[in-house]
Order: sequence, then structure tokens, then C-alpha cells
Amino acid sequence: MSKILYNKSLTETVREIAVEGSFKGRMGQFYMVRAWDEYPVLSRPLSIHDLEDDRIVFLYRVCGEGTRILAGKKPGDEINIDGPFGKGFPMETGRIALVGGGLGTAPLMFAAKTIRKSSPERLDIYLGYSDEDINSNRFSVYADSMQIDIGGFVTESLDPSKYDLILACGPEPMMEALVKKARPYGAKVFVSMEKRMACGIGACLVCTCKTKNGNKKTCKDGPVFAGEDVFFDEL
Amino acid sequence: MNCSQVDFGNLRFKNPVVMASGTFGFGKEYGECYDVSKLGGISTKGITLEKRDGNKGIRVWETPSGMMNSVGLENPGIEGFLTDEASYLEKLDTRILVNVSGSKIEDYVESVRLIEATPFEIIELNISCPNVKSGGMAFGTDADSAYGIVKEIRKHTKKMLMVKLSPNVGDIAEIASSCVEAGADAISLINTIQAMAVDVKRRKIIFDNTYAGLSGPAIRPIALRMVHQVARVVDVPIMGMGGIVTGEDAISFIMAGASCVQIGTANFMDLRAGTRIIEEIESFMERENIKNLSEIRGIL
Repeated sequence: MSKILYNKSLTETVREIAVEGSFKGRMGQFYMVRAWDEYPVLSRPLSIHDLEDDRIVFLYRVCGEGTRILAGKKPGDEINIDGPFGKGFPMETGRIALVGGGLGTAPLMFAAKTIRKSSPERLDIYLGYSDEDINSNRFSVYADSMQIDIGGFVTESLDPSKYDLILACGPEPMMEALVKKARPYGAKVFVSMEKRMACGIGACLVCTCKTKNGNKKTCKDGPVFAGEDVFFDEL
Repeated sequence: MNCSQVDFGNLRFKNPVVMASGTFGFGKEYGECYDVSKLGGISTKGITLEKRDGNKGIRVWETPSGMMNSVGLENPGIEGFLTDEASYLEKLDTRILVNVSGSKIEDYVESVRLIEATPFEIIELNISCPNVKSGGMAFGTDADSAYGIVKEIRKHTKKMLMVKLSPNVGDIAEIASSCVEAGADAISLINTIQAMAVDVKRRKIIFDNTYAGLSGPAIRPIALRMVHQVARVVDVPIMGMGGIVTGEDAISFIMAGASCVQIGTANFMDLRAGTRIIEEIESFMERENIKNLSEIRGIL
């Protein structure tokens, strides 16, 4: 069990929770979070939003029974978190863009922080929100340039020819549009997929992601996949 | 201390706790989290003769005190199992149950014939998967067809043949009796209960395959009742399962007549549920001064 340092709301439905402890993890990996005993039966997979020596931070939207229980937890309360699980974003240098949509910005914060430390040639951040800005101000310290879009298509202002690597997390139509837009250029695109999970470690096969190379386990083989492997034109 | 060991037919289990098919893969992933050789046994993911990609669409949905799944027997096929998964399981110091599924008797027979050459001692014959059209459940919902398939498979294996029953039937005791009459060495029950969920906003059924299998604590009282009903009519050992989460849940199944228990959904609630439940069973025995689980088996 780990102690909650804070659990605060960023918007009406989006919250940020910090848990005390020395946790491991790479950008794009996730933890299975459980703030209850038996029910709901399943834990919730939450990607690493930030990691410091003494804490791990998650971003979540209150949308069901589990996240409602999590939202009710106070500083000092204890919850179970298990991880890190999954394969994260690849670490590369060069010209990099991060593209996040809504809650998909969650893993990109830790990605921005990690990439900034590796002195990239360029790190541009594109964030899109459907109705209100959740957290863009937190990204600015890591970005060479920021583009924020509310209510439109965040991918529209992005020129793929300017980048070697694009890391994305957000709604599937956003990620698909990005993969297609980048296809004629040299940029490699990696996407972080979201699926309902049960075991979180690759045993139960409920979070299967269909890819060019057959079924993959989102929790174990992902959640980050090469964009071209997930969003491909079926024959 | 090894006080919870049990004799299951002619096989000794170091404890009665076996991981249920479909929730534990082929052991490897959990093996990275804890020492799975401490378990009584592991039942593999259901294997079919040919590789299967499983069902499309949403595969998991939570319910009050439970969950539904519609994986649809995604598995590497017998060949993939033998090539990629078997060697890891062979190295473990625990009983391995090879769970076999299919849609045609010939496929079951061919699968069983290929497994016969492996060192694994138990075949768990799945005639109860609700998530695949003609996915075995048809064999398990009628006493005559259950008898037919078990009789045929029996001819092709000398291994312990355990038949996994579906709860989606009228008289489960009658089907269990038919399986035993046809040559089953053991019975495991229950598989998931066929269920359904609806997204009312979209006016659609959640699962592409319409129905899905309900598991978890929600089904425990039903599972317990069925284990009790079957234990009263068959003289072969029983592996009971359905929503077991704690050592005391497991004890209740043993009191109802099970020799071993299987743990499924609880693995998702607690990665280390298997070893925790073993400890809880053993501390219950200690508290209640039970030297051997046979003292309380089937006492109800």
C-alpha cells in the first residue's frame, strides 16, 4: 500500500493524484491502480504522468465506479499500485514531436520530461482538447514550441516533414490521422493505445490490439506500438 | 509446513490451489511476478487444434461483483503451444493441466493425441466455453453429447481426463454422471455463466459475440451449489471454481465436495492471489486444527 500525497481536480472531471514512494518506470509505461478492496473486481491501468524520486503522479478522468472511488481518496489514505507494466515510448534523439489529445496527454508529460533530459535537437508539443485546456501550462517548460488546440484537430498544424520521431497518445481517430499524415515523410510515429484491461501483465488476452503482425497484447506488447503497425490499410 | 497437500485421484497436489484456464496464460507472465511453483497447479489457456485469433470488439466488461469476458479462445493452437509454451511449463514444479477445447470431435481427438506425448499429467477437457459459436459448449449442455465426446477422447489418452462442465444447463449432476460413466477421471466446474450487457445510449449489445461469460464473486454461490450437486452423485475427484477470492471461499468449496479449487478472476483482483489463498487455507487449517483437508471434504 502506498500513501497519497495529494489528489486534486484540474477540471470538473479530470484529476491528478500523487502517491508517495520510490517508483520505477519509463515514459509510456503504466501502473495498475487499485483504491478499493474487492469491488470493482478489476484494477485501473493508469500511465505514468510524472515520476520523481519520492513520488509517482497519475492523471485520470472520473468516468466510472473505480475512478469515482479513487477521486474520493484523501491525502494520507493508502492505495495499491503495481507496476510498471508494458513497453513504453522508444528513446531517441533528433527532432521530436509529442502529440496528445485530451487524457492522452497523461503519458506525454513524463515523455516530455524524459526527452528534454536527453537534449533533443528539437522538442515540439502539440496538445488538443475537446472543450477545455487540462494541463498545457505544465508542458511549456519542456517544449521548444507548443501548439494548443481546443475543439478542433490538433494534427492539422503539424508538419511531419519537420520531425524524425512523433510520439502520440489520444483518441484513435487522432492517432490514425497522424499516422496517415506522416506516412509520406520520414518521421517514425509511435502511438500509445488504450484498451480495457484485466490482468495487466499479458495473461488474460482481453486487451488485444489488432496489428499488422497479428494480435498483440496492449498491456504487455504495448501500450506503445509503431503507428504503422496499428493503423494500416486492410487489404 | 505442507499441511494442505491433497490426493486428487492418483495424483498428489502440494496444495489444492490451481490457477484456472484463461486467467493465467501459460504461466510465464505470473512467473515473472512470483514463484508459481508454489501453486498446486496451473490450467493452461484453452488450446484448440488450430491457432485462433479470438473474438473482435470489447472483450471485458465489469459487473457488480464480477466481470464478463468474451475472449473467444484466442490461443496459439496445439503446435504453437508445444513449440513455444510447453518447455516453460515443464520446468515448473507444479501440476500442469492442459486445457483442450474445440468445435469438432475429430479436432479434440487430434489435440489430445498430440498432448499424449508431453509429460503433462492432466487433460482438462473444455466442453463448456460459452464464447465461441460451436465452441465446445454444445458438447457440454446435453448428457448424451457429453457422454459421446468423453467416450471418444477416453480411447486416445492414458492421462488423467478431467471434464470441465458448463453451468449453462438444466441438470449439471446428470451431465457430470454421464461424463464419469464415459470414462472421465475427474470433473471441474463451473465454467463461466452465459450473460449479456447493453450500452443503452448507443442501443447496442456490448459484445460483438452477443453473449459473454460471467465470472467472479457474483457467481460463487451458484458455483458452490453446483459443486455440491455434482459431488453427491459422482465418485471421482472434483475441482471446484467460481468466484473464489479467499482461503475461506476455497474451504467452502472443499466442504461442498471439491478436492481442489481453481482460482480465476481473483488473479485480476490480486496478482498474487494464488499464493495468498494457499496461505489463508493453511492458516484456517491451523486455527481449526485440521490436519488434512480430507477431514472436511464433502461434509455438507
